[in-house]
Amino acid sequence: MAESPARILENGLWKENPIYRQVLGICSALAVTNLLANTLFMCFGVIFTVTLSNFTISLLRNHIPPRVRMIVQVLIIATFVMMVDIIIKALAPDIHRFIGPYVGLIITNCIIMGRAEAFASQNKPVASLLDGLACGMGYSLVLIAIALVREPFGFGTILGYALPAREVWWHQWTIMVMPPGAFFMLAIATWIARSVFVKKPAK
Amino acid sequence: MTTPEMGLFSSFLLILVSAAFTDNILLARFLGMCSCIGVSKKVDTSLGLGLAVTLVTASTAALNYLVYQYLLVPLGLEYLKLIVFIVVIAAFVQIVEMVIERVSERLYNALGIFLPLITVNCAILGASLFMLNKPYNLMQAFGFGLGCGFGWFLAIALIGGIREKINESAVPKGLEGPGITLIVIGIMALAFVGFSGMLKV
Repeated sequence: MAESPARILENGLWKENPIYRQVLGICSALAVTNLLANTLFMCFGVIFTVTLSNFTISLLRNHIPPRVRMIVQVLIIATFVMMVDIIIKALAPDIHRFIGPYVGLIITNCIIMGRAEAFASQNKPVASLLDGLACGMGYSLVLIAIALVREPFGFGTILGYALPAREVWWHQWTIMVMPPGAFFMLAIATWIARSVFVKKPAK
Repeated sequence: MTTPEMGLFSSFLLILVSAAFTDNILLARFLGMCSCIGVSKKVDTSLGLGLAVTLVTASTAALNYLVYQYLLVPLGLEYLKLIVFIVVIAAFVQIVEMVIERVSERLYNALGIFLPLITVNCAILGASLFMLNKPYNLMQAFGFGLGCGFGWFLAIALIGGIREKINESAVPKGLEGPGITLIVIGIMALAFVGFSGMLKV
């Protein structure tokens, strides 16, 4: 089962990207991508949680009785999510007010459960740590890309800073701020990623 | 807009309708997307999962409300809410599964396979978390949970119906499966945006 570190990274970022390949964890991908700042905090939360919970679950993998495996994994994940929640609340209370519930929902983010089940429960701690990091980064990559489209079109800003000469050319696309915009953008991102980057037919 | 002088029932109804339509948990708050995209290929499986989700969301919203207000707040343990909520949900799902298995085999066959999926459905934990943002009482919390569940049910049933039709049409290769589903959901979300502003709770 031993895979080389480079392979693990490549899989998480590209080949098995959680968002567009496995279609996991898209709830938060849709909800927080209206502003880049929200997205960055969310990505931090997910990377933190998936990396450390993968590591912890892998450390404990031979000690957890299989029958209660799920609940133990959920508890481990919930512990890290709670830490993230408290950290974000301390660092950026304004952002936390908006993304707070979604941070809590990292617990049920299928990426994290999925990696715990599929990878961490069968692999060594260091490999699991890397795998979690790669998946978290793969998730962030797609989210940041979407946010980089939605924020300029929706608000005319990037990270809260106005785009140059905004008054001259910019006109608000309200739909980018609203929920439907999120669905369309993610659909387009999936489409591009699947047809351009993934040459092998997705069956 | 819920004022104290409003009847208990009308405020319950108002919260229910607004949670189901103006703030649809799937279309406006993006929760429960993973299982929605995974399961909505057929109408009857969509209905089964939708029903199970409605049941669990409504009950756990009320349960979590009680636990939060009467256990966590008095003890000053609000920061533990995430862990406590998920445990309540997991335990509730487990109990429902056992009860249904005993009581009705037909219902178990219809709902049983969906129940484990529900524990990790973020719509349910989401309903409990969003509920805390508003000063609800128990009845209203239950109404909110019921509305969220019903809204999810409605959305997944509609999506299931549309996807059955889409399966027969030619879709660009890269857009097959999740891609086209997301676009369908996006168009439905547009329609639901029409409801917003109708009610403000």
